[in-house]
Amino acid sequence: MDVLPTVWFALIATLWIGYLFLEGFDLGVGMHLLFSARNENQRRVMLNAIGPVWDGNEVWLITAAGAMFAAFPIWYASLFSALYLPLVFVLLGLIFRAVAIEYRGKGKTARWKRGWDLALGVGSLVSAFGIGAALALTTTGLPIDANGDRIGGAFAWFTGYAVIGGLAVVGFSLVHAASFLALKTDGDVRHAGRAFARRAAPIALLPLLVWVVALQISRGTALTWTIAAVAVVAAVGAWLANRNRQEGWAFVGFGAFLAACMASIFAASYPVVLPSTIDHAFDLTVANASSSPYTLGVMSVVACFGIPLVLAYQGWTYWVFRQRVGANHIPEAHPVEPAVRPS
Amino acid sequence: MDVLDPLLIARWQFGITTVYHFWMVPLTLGLGPLVAIMQMMWHRTGNERYYRMVKFWGKLYLINFIMGVATGLVQEFQFGLAWSEYSKFVGDVFGAPLAMEALLAFFVESTFLGLWIFGWNKLPRAVHVACLWIAVAGSVVSAYFIIVANSWMQHPVGVDLVNGRPVMTDVWAVFTNNTAISAFTHTIFGSLGVGGAFLLGIAWYQLWQRRRDGIDTVGVDKRVIVGEALEIPGRDRADHGMWLTSLRIGAVVAMVAFAGVAISGDAQAKLMFEQQPLKMAAAEGACHTGTSFSVLSVGKLGSKNCNDVTPVIEIPGLLSFLAHGDFTTNIKGINELIPQYQAKYGTTLPDDPIYGARAGQAIDYLPVMEVTYWGFRLMIGFGGIAAFAAFVALWLTRRGTVPRPRWLMQLAVAGILAPFAANSAGWIFTEMGRQPFVVAPNPSGVDGVYMFTAAAVSPGVSFGEILFSVISLTLVYAVLMVFELRLLVRYVRGGVASAIPELDRRNDPDSSDDGPSSGDVLAFAY
Repeated sequence: MDVLPTVWFALIATLWIGYLFLEGFDLGVGMHLLFSARNENQRRVMLNAIGPVWDGNEVWLITAAGAMFAAFPIWYASLFSALYLPLVFVLLGLIFRAVAIEYRGKGKTARWKRGWDLALGVGSLVSAFGIGAALALTTTGLPIDANGDRIGGAFAWFTGYAVIGGLAVVGFSLVHAASFLALKTDGDVRHAGRAFARRAAPIALLPLLVWVVALQISRGTALTWTIAAVAVVAAVGAWLANRNRQEGWAFVGFGAFLAACMASIFAASYPVVLPSTIDHAFDLTVANASSSPYTLGVMSVVACFGIPLVLAYQGWTYWVFRQRVGANHIPEAHPVEPAVRPS
Repeated sequence: MDVLDPLLIARWQFGITTVYHFWMVPLTLGLGPLVAIMQMMWHRTGNERYYRMVKFWGKLYLINFIMGVATGLVQEFQFGLAWSEYSKFVGDVFGAPLAMEALLAFFVESTFLGLWIFGWNKLPRAVHVACLWIAVAGSVVSAYFIIVANSWMQHPVGVDLVNGRPVMTDVWAVFTNNTAISAFTHTIFGSLGVGGAFLLGIAWYQLWQRRRDGIDTVGVDKRVIVGEALEIPGRDRADHGMWLTSLRIGAVVAMVAFAGVAISGDAQAKLMFEQQPLKMAAAEGACHTGTSFSVLSVGKLGSKNCNDVTPVIEIPGLLSFLAHGDFTTNIKGINELIPQYQAKYGTTLPDDPIYGARAGQAIDYLPVMEVTYWGFRLMIGFGGIAAFAAFVALWLTRRGTVPRPRWLMQLAVAGILAPFAANSAGWIFTEMGRQPFVVAPNPSGVDGVYMFTAAAVSPGVSFGEILFSVISLTLVYAVLMVFELRLLVRYVRGGVASAIPELDRRNDPDSSDDGPSSGDVLAFAY
């Protein structure tokens, strides 16, 4: 067994789980802005619940992609070029989302705010779907040739798995965000969050389970089936906790569900990082797609030092902003007028 | 094939998205440390002027920062998207600085900036300003990592060639690449120049606005008489001091930055004469070996025939001085260098499927001379203009306010663009000057560690896909530029009250500048 490539595969899987766990609720809050919030104050409560942390959460994506580039350049190159169009949509979605969060409150008119809400909501939806599709496809396979290049045209990636993966991340993000809002806000938004999680979870979490089961059937082992079973237990526990108004446990439970689902998916995929649907001889694996032992060694040292540090200060941020955000915390919007004497 | 060429359009995409990204980044790099210094000054002196500066410039900093974040995502993805062959070739050494940038810099930057934005009145003051300093340090460190990656493309070091691919053997060599150290220094000073001109232009506008509105006047001794207009939020006496201090900080920073840019640029050029001689020869339009620096050359720079270029004004010896520090060493011209490149790296692209229809074509080693020649000169020219303008601005405002003429104000505001233009010109020069290589060969490095741009593009990606992305990204970027500028203009026109709503409570005796009135309300909220 190649120790370092295996460690890095596990590390990259962990980064993706961290990303989906953390940005999952950010993306979900973005989508909830479109339909769950009933007025401007509620929208601002939702937005400010993720306000101090969303940008840090998004760095998990950059780090996951960067780690793939550094540790498995062949995987990074093949996957990203094969998924050209969906990833461009992910980028466009993330661009709109980021700018919308910063800019929506800085305008005067209702039209300005509505426009940015739309950018934020649709941007979140599109990026969640695209990232889910990409992850589903790297575990289920793409039509790549011996050189790792996609064949079959710009839409060769569009399969049932892409849709299931996309729906999986969208559905999970919606439930996770509702549970997050129940935990992090007060008043109407909190109650709406709890109600949404109760009603939606049984359906919205299904696509993720379908993806898990599909992979277990084709490549599962006793271990990965066990992890998948843990995921189901976590989801049921989270749903019950949410019903019993134990918001903290519900949030942890939904997070554990995601972590266990993704762990079972990645563990079942190992050692293949990107299967070829044309010929399994073209599969990219941790062995044939990885960087040299020297590079992996250097990166391991950096990761040993960097990742605990990131967890420590990101954890501290959540501690600093642990207070629930309620309607009464939102300052009045203040119009910016030119500081000019009327002539 | 030439029209529907994925390579050409992928290059345009990289150029457009990168130049755009590097409009936001130097402002972030240049403004961040200035805001942090302002906040430290506020804590140290208790002078409200600095508090207002932190709030106002911090607001503009954030409006710009987010655009750098949003467009930075595209940068990391597009190596894999459009340049998969490049990513595979260089991944063993190029991916590492990118991953480290995310893990060691981006996390720090975004997390601590979030703490700073939302931490007003929540964190102890020393911790709060420390968060900003840490975020700024994160930005600077990220610049270092990405320039290490870029410099490896200009001057590959620390690798061996194994099975046709460079494999990292010495991470220390990669991270202490002399090209990276000089380019990093050059970039940081270039960014400070952007920050300085930004402060200078906007503060000038504010002081001018105060004079136009008759708030500040000039006495018989030509010194400023500071007034106030209580009916306009923020236009009190303290307002004047805030803008004058900002203007002076901006001007001094712009001048210091230019000195730093000149010194680091000189070091960088000396390296480049050794490492990429053809790039520097093309920057000079220098066909023939010699010692003269061209002040102006005319002719068909774009034509690939170098003999079409006619030097009009030359300074003998200066080129040798720039390259070697003396006046007599001959600098090799294009006509001498191209045969050397041909002998070493071939006259035609290898017959490899990686080159597609280009396999076997003649290699043109000469970068587009119009771009390198003028890019080099515009970079230096705009940089010099900005520094000179800063010097003049300090002199004109020595009596405490700006002169009355509107055109001077307009010039100061337009001057904000000069260092941006210098930065763009410099990067366009150095990246296009590297062509036809995407990884330029290191003359004293391991043989075979270089890559032609023609081999770097993703073979599986179609022209249509890249066309779609370049059009959609360009349109989205253009729209977002309009929004960013609109917001910047709105907040600038709003003056300091746009960033400190409390100042808006006219004649309210309770109004305090030190934060929100009610303990429940967030000090900052989206």
